[in-house]
Amino acid sequence: MSFSYNISPTIEKARIYQAVLSGERTDGRKLDEYREIKIETGYVKKAEGSAFVHLGDTKVIAGIKVELGTPFPDTPEKGVFLIGAEFVPTASPTFEPGPPDENAIELGRVVDRAIRHAEMIDLEKLCIIPGEKVYTVFADIYVIDHDGNLFDASTLAVVAAALTAKLPKYEIVDDNTVRFLDEMVPLPIKNRVATITWARINNKLVVDPNNEEEIVMDSRITIGIDEHDKVVAIQKGGSGYMSYEDVEYALDKSFKLARDLIKKLPSGG
Amino acid sequence: MSDSKQKIKLIDEKGLRVDGRKPDELRPISLKVGILKQADGSAYIEQGKNKIIVAVYGPRELHPRHLALPDRALLRCTYRMSSFSVPERKSPVPSRREIELSKVIREALEPSIFLEYFPRSAIDVYIQVLQADGGTRTASITAAALALADAGIPMRDLVVACAAGKVDGQLVIDLCDEEDKEGEADVPVAIMPQLKRVTLLQMDGSLTKEEFQQAFKMALSGCMKIYEMQKEALRREFITIREEVLKAAENNENKNNKEKEA
Repeated sequence: MSFSYNISPTIEKARIYQAVLSGERTDGRKLDEYREIKIETGYVKKAEGSAFVHLGDTKVIAGIKVELGTPFPDTPEKGVFLIGAEFVPTASPTFEPGPPDENAIELGRVVDRAIRHAEMIDLEKLCIIPGEKVYTVFADIYVIDHDGNLFDASTLAVVAAALTAKLPKYEIVDDNTVRFLDEMVPLPIKNRVATITWARINNKLVVDPNNEEEIVMDSRITIGIDEHDKVVAIQKGGSGYMSYEDVEYALDKSFKLARDLIKKLPSGG
Repeated sequence: MSDSKQKIKLIDEKGLRVDGRKPDELRPISLKVGILKQADGSAYIEQGKNKIIVAVYGPRELHPRHLALPDRALLRCTYRMSSFSVPERKSPVPSRREIELSKVIREALEPSIFLEYFPRSAIDVYIQVLQADGGTRTASITAAALALADAGIPMRDLVVACAAGKVDGQLVIDLCDEEDKEGEADVPVAIMPQLKRVTLLQMDGSLTKEEFQQAFKMALSGCMKIYEMQKEALRREFITIREEVLKAAENNENKNNKEKEA
């Protein structure tokens, strides 16, 4: 089913509402069931790390590129890790070519928040000369096909790409000139993290919403949980609200789902 | 977030915070409604060292017209920090942070407005941060709800926001700039207080499930305190307006009576 706009016919909406109420969703899933997940790492050989994630029919690629850079002034002894997201126009009739819109920016920032606060990447080990030279690690998310739940697919993709990423070794010639060598070492990893996204439809929460569910949802909540069962990021989205009970329910149910997702990730470091 | 090497002490021996507050104590808040002449609705908030102006224009004609929604008004929200609002000059080019905040603030306000009353039109909310001191998004939402009410836009409830967080292992509410930067977690929450609905919920940092639940509860109680101040600010403004209207009516009547007598 494809929609030219983010508008769903009333009859379509009624069908999804009814399905959610009955406990079996339009694609046959239970309310707290994920679609099939496939993670292919090393998909792009030119990148220092990459992962192609299929979450049902949602397809996302994350690629990691490493450059020599300068640290932020307030963290002179830490490397730099940046995440961007691109909504490629191949992915949806609603995506247009051009600079990232607010949805792409939100996606990049939420995935960034989860990975940053889980302290997944050991940024201190990315420092080469304090205050001057550090590794700058760019993770870029490309959404290839949008069938809902870009948040969780993108987190899986960036985390899987980072877990399998390699850094070039370096040597310092003269005093301050850093040169990258051909030999590669793994990106230093301290933790792993997954995000769990719930959509609120017809006063019920369903996990891993697909596109037709996202179109009719009132609001959504994304919860980032690391491998030590710590909550590291939360983002409510959408133009509707969540009840206090919804927040409690989503939080409660997300820990097990996060553990399941983290199990599917490659072991890192 | 937390940097173990150069950690500043955020909670002292007496359990007080960097600005002398108790863990569950809000910063001083002052709210003013109707501060701008040209806007349809406006509000000003000072919360700690935060100074934020909010203007609401609309419901009004929507440009560009192709954005119009057939069944409701389009709510647009622009959150911007002034270049001088922070220690290092902020470039006036909209940052990714400002774009995300504009979006989440819009989504925090949207559930409270009867947008379906004004199809094909626009309601614009402009938020200008003049001085930033941590928690600008929550302060902005608190003020924006007042500005919407001041514009006479029909609302289901006010929206009020407050953050909770963790600093030096202690759960606290309404984090100031230092606590926000050096602390372990920040949980901004916005609610519709009468309807008990969450319209904004974000978190960054690292908390256990129990800590998050406690922080969420603390943020809600902070919201309820600020809600009382919001109502008071509206009452103050509209009692003055009511007095003005009554006075004008009285003058008018006197004038009419005089004309009749003459």
